[in-house]
Amino acid sequence: MKKVYANAGEALDGLLHDGMTIAAGGFGLCGIPELLIDALVESGAKDLTIASNNCGVDGFGLGKLLDTRQIRKMLSSYVGENAEFMRQYLSGELELEFNPQGTLAERMRAGGSGIPGFYTKTGVGTVIAEGKEVKNFDGQDYILERAIVADLSIVKAWKADDTGNLVFRKTARNFNPPAAMCGRVCVAEVEEIVPRGSLDPDHIHLPGIYVHRLIQGSHEKRIEKATTRKKETA
Amino acid sequence: MAKGWDRDQMAARAAEELQDGWYVNLGIGIPTLVANYVGDKDITLQSENGMLGMGPFPYEGEEDPDLINAGKQTITELSRTSYFDSATSFGMIRGGKIAAAILGAMEVAENGDLANWMIPGKLVKGMGGAMDLVAGVGRVIVVMDHQNKAGESKVLRECTLPLTGKGVVNRIITNLGVLDVVPGGLKIVETADGVTEDELRAATEATIV
Repeated sequence: MKKVYANAGEALDGLLHDGMTIAAGGFGLCGIPELLIDALVESGAKDLTIASNNCGVDGFGLGKLLDTRQIRKMLSSYVGENAEFMRQYLSGELELEFNPQGTLAERMRAGGSGIPGFYTKTGVGTVIAEGKEVKNFDGQDYILERAIVADLSIVKAWKADDTGNLVFRKTARNFNPPAAMCGRVCVAEVEEIVPRGSLDPDHIHLPGIYVHRLIQGSHEKRIEKATTRKKETA
Repeated sequence: MAKGWDRDQMAARAAEELQDGWYVNLGIGIPTLVANYVGDKDITLQSENGMLGMGPFPYEGEEDPDLINAGKQTITELSRTSYFDSATSFGMIRGGKIAAAILGAMEVAENGDLANWMIPGKLVKGMGGAMDLVAGVGRVIVVMDHQNKAGESKVLRECTLPLTGKGVVNRIITNLGVLDVVPGGLKIVETADGVTEDELRAATEATIV
């Protein structure tokens, strides 16, 4: 079965519908599926619910989907690097469900692992616990969090082979593996598709079973906060 | 000039809390400065976006967009560095593998309640990984100014702001001293340079036992 597609638009063909839930990889602007986000903008699919740790910045990353009003609801742990996000949220156009970062990651991992929910200490006694089942294990309270199963996952990796085995680079891995796992269909974009057999099987970060469609492309990889130090002069 | 510790002295005092061999998560602000004061101790810094062994900022021109910390700043790797995904990262946090987190706070209460993510009516950006960290790590150390800009105690009988975690704080390091959360209230561990115990008590709303 052929997984490699010519471009992001073709890779998303037939997968999109209004009102769908999409899980997206990335942390800030690091390791985000830039090309698939552009194709989503192009598609015009709307009323989207997007599970992603952040929502990009103004005019870049998922922020592009805000400009076009395609997002109805975000599931995120941290937002607001984005003036348009705050404007839409405060005016009630955009729904927002805060998830603690680890809870969001685990909800995705669980969704891809056949685990419908899990108990966690995170958020016990806070607003996050409101309306959730509390269970005591060995003297400690935990809250029940439900898994996320998305209609579609969009992720970014560094390299892939044509079977969809993925290798990530440095901290650009972040939410990409759990996001990929929780989608009924996962489309991945990579910087390079290498010949089958050239990736060391012991060094695959995400096996191709989780990846259904694949594209190669060039990425802007914008830096959100460039911080540097001065070279010590000898 | 005000008595007590400045930001760097607070960070240096917080660094004394860290033990050789620990894996540690540092929050944004003063906690970030703690890394400058670990000295010869073998400390591995975790960045919750998926990295153990966080190095310093890169030299100008050597920034890598694939290598950032949880504050989204460009950083570098060390010879000991490992990378992993966010679910694994919070697995080690939730699983108690991270020995300590050093975090800033808006308010801390005498029962160890911590508020540091939201002010009702103000712009709310989210809790990020703070709720997971305080619920999961071995020891939660708060480093913050003792009072807010209006001169009111941030060390309270009860938090007024929405909580990040309930009963999670172990130790509080402020510009005025060090306090531990113990049954019945807070216990003074030490006072900052030039600060008397009476001055620390007077600046603190919480019960000191």
